[in-house]
Amino acid sequence: MSSDNEIAIIGAGMTPWGKWGKNFAEYGVAAAREALADAGIPWQDIKFVSGGATVRNGYPGYVAGATIAQALGWQGAEVNTSYAACASGSQALAAARTKILAGQCDVALVVGADTTPKGFLAPAKGYRPEDPDWVRFYLGVTNPTYFGLYARRRMDLYGDTQDEFAAVKVKNAAIGLHNPRARYKKAFTAEDVAASAMVADPLRLMDICATSDGGAALIVCSVDYAKKIGKGDAPRVAAISTVTPTFASSTVEMPDIATDSAAAAGVDPIAYRGQIPLKAYEEAGIGPEDVSLAEVYDLSTALELDWIEDLQLCGRGEAASLLRNGDTSVGGKIPVNASGGLACFGEAVPAQALAQVCELTWQLRGECGERQVEGAKVGITANQGLFGHGSSVIVKR
Amino acid sequence: MSNKPLVPAIEGWHTMDMDTPHLIGTQCTGCGTYFFPKQDTYCKNPNCDCSEFEEVELSRSGKIWSYTNACYKPPEPFVAAEPFEPYALAAVTLEKEQMTIMAQVADDLGVEALKVGMEMELVLQPLHEDEEDTKVTWKWRPVSTQSGDAA
Repeated sequence: MSSDNEIAIIGAGMTPWGKWGKNFAEYGVAAAREALADAGIPWQDIKFVSGGATVRNGYPGYVAGATIAQALGWQGAEVNTSYAACASGSQALAAARTKILAGQCDVALVVGADTTPKGFLAPAKGYRPEDPDWVRFYLGVTNPTYFGLYARRRMDLYGDTQDEFAAVKVKNAAIGLHNPRARYKKAFTAEDVAASAMVADPLRLMDICATSDGGAALIVCSVDYAKKIGKGDAPRVAAISTVTPTFASSTVEMPDIATDSAAAAGVDPIAYRGQIPLKAYEEAGIGPEDVSLAEVYDLSTALELDWIEDLQLCGRGEAASLLRNGDTSVGGKIPVNASGGLACFGEAVPAQALAQVCELTWQLRGECGERQVEGAKVGITANQGLFGHGSSVIVKR
Repeated sequence: MSNKPLVPAIEGWHTMDMDTPHLIGTQCTGCGTYFFPKQDTYCKNPNCDCSEFEEVELSRSGKIWSYTNACYKPPEPFVAAEPFEPYALAAVTLEKEQMTIMAQVADDLGVEALKVGMEMELVLQPLHEDEEDTKVTWKWRPVSTQSGDAA
């Protein structure tokens, strides 16, 4: 993709992550106002509001874009809401990019916010075998058990160890400590991880991310608009990938109890997580060797290692060796999750993909203090959620 | 175990042959793709627009793709024993169908008994009981432990 197809990020805002149970719009408004202030433009100048949504107890009134736009005060902007599970924020960003590149608006607010219930998200009651979520809970297949399957496969295939998984948590905790927006700011040790309860072997409680409340927002605009307001050197969105998997997928994915059958179609040699960044690299016209840092979806510690390989930052099975060498720490060759990652934040679904882009924006502007990746020029995000939704965004400066 | 009648936890997903049970799936008559759970309205292969399916019994054995366990009691509709006992789960790849299917591991075996690539076979064992019946479901059991069991 040429620079003609880029948009600029002129503002980023993000609440601290935590667990307060307030209305999600409150977090969205706080993040949006911070992003507007960062951009230095008034709310009334925003022509398009693009919200990342989640499914909130089946109540359609909680449509993210409109709810947050109304909370900020309706001023006649056009509004969009995107639902794409963990990729909701990226899809909302893609909608804003399309609008801007089509010349239909020059500056947009992209925002996602979530409030999470306490305890398990259980499916509706009754006998409902047509619902994959009902089936897997009935048979005893919870969310962490999928992460357990992926982690165990790494151990049996590549020789990864539980100590290496714990080292991911220790690395992310050590850097997240310096992030004022992180929910968990404690330098957890390998001993802390080992002492936490086993959840889904080989993963312990501290290997698995929590669910959190939080809001994240970006102000994005045309390159011309950015130049006009004196922000021509703002970080640019160089690529957004929101591709689906290809049939047949050989990975067991939440909430399904079985994979596709590849008996007729064959298996794509690149599994879904690997396909997501491929399209982003192609669109940006860059390769993994150009990346300065990555923000990846560490739903579990072991999953961070999977993502490093899916982003082709090393060969398959080599991520633990990168970790051991300190290459993925801040100060290393290719820092991963310099924000502290989900390990320090917990997951706020419709905000999380945008939170990753916020971190890249601040890193590329060199504003990250102790967690700053020196000379960061290109950053990539990666995440995957339910129902064939995943995304990868490349930001460059 | 009680003497309550054995009924399937989910009706129609497997045969009730207690010795050599099979999962029941469907196969697309156009391209040959298998489906479990059954699919009988549209084929998910992007190169196929067929809408006719045959019900088929799936292979009874396969190899472990990966495995884990559940150490915390799942929410409803799971029916947990009191006190809750962790159980292992395995995802097993069927060679002919080229698909991977998850289930609990039979005989209360733990993860220490399992390995990626291990040969497993399908058995029917209790999932839970209600007032009238014992609800059985499919589970995976290592082929090598079969001889030690009173079948």
